[in-house]
Amino acid sequence: MTTAVDRIAIKAKERPGDRIFSTATLVAGGLILGVLAAVAAFLLIQSIPAFVAEPDDFKGDFTNFWSYVAPLAFGTLWSAFLALLMAIPVAIGIALFISHYAPRKLAAGLGYIIDLLAAVPSVVFGLWGIGVLAPMLQPFYANLVEWFGWFPLFAGPVSGTGRTIFTVAIVLAVMVLPIITAICREIFLQTPVLYEEASLALGATRWEMITMAVLPFGRAGIISAAMLGLGRALGETMAVAMVLSPSPQILFQLLTSQNPTTIAANIALNFPEAHGVGVNILLATGLMLFVITLIVNMIARLIINRRKAFSGAN
Amino acid sequence: MSKRIEVNDLDVYYSKFLAVEGVSLTIEPRTVTALIGPSGCGKSTFLRTLNRMHEVIPGARVDGEVLIDGNNLYGPGVDPVLVRRQVGMVFQRPNPFPTMSIGDNVLAGVKLNNRRMPKSEGDDLIEKSLRGANLWNEVKDRLDKPGSSLSGGQQQRLCIARAIAVQPDVILMDEPCSALDPISTLAIEDLIEEMKTDFTIVIVTHNMQQASRVSDRTAFFNIAGTGKPGKLIEYDDTTTIFSNPTVQATEDYVSGRFG
Repeated sequence: MTTAVDRIAIKAKERPGDRIFSTATLVAGGLILGVLAAVAAFLLIQSIPAFVAEPDDFKGDFTNFWSYVAPLAFGTLWSAFLALLMAIPVAIGIALFISHYAPRKLAAGLGYIIDLLAAVPSVVFGLWGIGVLAPMLQPFYANLVEWFGWFPLFAGPVSGTGRTIFTVAIVLAVMVLPIITAICREIFLQTPVLYEEASLALGATRWEMITMAVLPFGRAGIISAAMLGLGRALGETMAVAMVLSPSPQILFQLLTSQNPTTIAANIALNFPEAHGVGVNILLATGLMLFVITLIVNMIARLIINRRKAFSGAN
Repeated sequence: MSKRIEVNDLDVYYSKFLAVEGVSLTIEPRTVTALIGPSGCGKSTFLRTLNRMHEVIPGARVDGEVLIDGNNLYGPGVDPVLVRRQVGMVFQRPNPFPTMSIGDNVLAGVKLNNRRMPKSEGDDLIEKSLRGANLWNEVKDRLDKPGSSLSGGQQQRLCIARAIAVQPDVILMDEPCSALDPISTLAIEDLIEEMKTDFTIVIVTHNMQQASRVSDRTAFFNIAGTGKPGKLIEYDDTTTIFSNPTVQATEDYVSGRFG
């Protein structure tokens, strides 16, 4: 009796609206996978000649592809890392100010201005970096090298133009600031009043309430926001290409005129005159950027999932 | 530990709106006082003024005095943060921090005052507070699990443990059982009975049986109509309120003819 009942699966009535909606979501989800797979396949196929390229094919003094891409990959990660190091605390600060400190009217206006910042094209940021920021910071860099040159990051000789990886990192930080701020603000506003009141009722000050309730609750969101910002910083092309004159080495020094450039900027600078295997080499560096982004995002996922039970989502 | 609360002619405003008008009452130490009345009569608002939690709502303010052992909570220079460390609160919906373990939840308030507490001392306090909230035996093996892994009733007792861990003088409870099943409710009511020996307790409840079961004194609040301020109608021993109230409105309410 029961087996017979079990076997007759209860079929829900399929309405046309349900079917259209489920198909639409399936297409949308499939499309993103399809595009991603197509890009990956294109990069992979185009990259193969680069992996077996002769030393003559490379611009500059390289023996194989890996020695060519290593300084670029380093420059990409190093500049993005520096940018996030500056942008994340500021972004969290602005977001907290908007969500928990500012009077309501001011908060709305400020949020709008931050969103506006995201709409400025990166060429403009590049020009600003060259024209305003670099000359403005150069004397400061000179002092920094003079006084703190013993510290490896600030070792000399100082750049005469101010166009260093540190300047690039500042420009990148300004560029990724709006997206991180906007997401953090939304997340902080989502903190349930329940938990804010719980901490206040225990005698928490506003800052203690934020560290007890708001920040832990928003932890996963902050990491996601940082990852989106990092994605933009890793892939940023124009601002870096305009500010830096590259030298292909792995250098941690922030303030000298010898600066590693990034993968994206290198492609933009060299693509117009590349031909033959040169194009393949540039595309292969693009593939490396793709892989780097993938790995970074996977690490972020791991961090978020590690303390899933404590996320507050349940 | 437990202290006497004296309220003198208290008015509560939300911006221009007068929500509660002219409340005066005295709550003795080591008693349970129940605040009853229909929805919107201002009993929760009044409760929140006893530890200045109403100030979380923009525009809320108070006229009048609340004295705890003679010290006015609304005196000049009184820090609401310090008031809340003396007067703990348990909310309607259980709200243990989901991002903290059960043990950390208990210590959440204590760590605000005393960040570098030795681990052994912290463990002792966790056990003492959880025992005080009748929760120790249920959670002693999983203190490192998230607070949200507990059932609703357990979560509420965890919140009580968190509140008593900071050794307040007074504990306010805002309908602590309204989101709980009858068995969890009973557990909390038993707990209130035990906690009375150490704390002054003020509880808002919609459940009149609960008020009559747990409280020594009962205050009945009422409103004349929507938009009118809530007022304290009658305040007396619980037995008197439920058997022989002096005001007709109170009798109507407790006997179920109204509200």
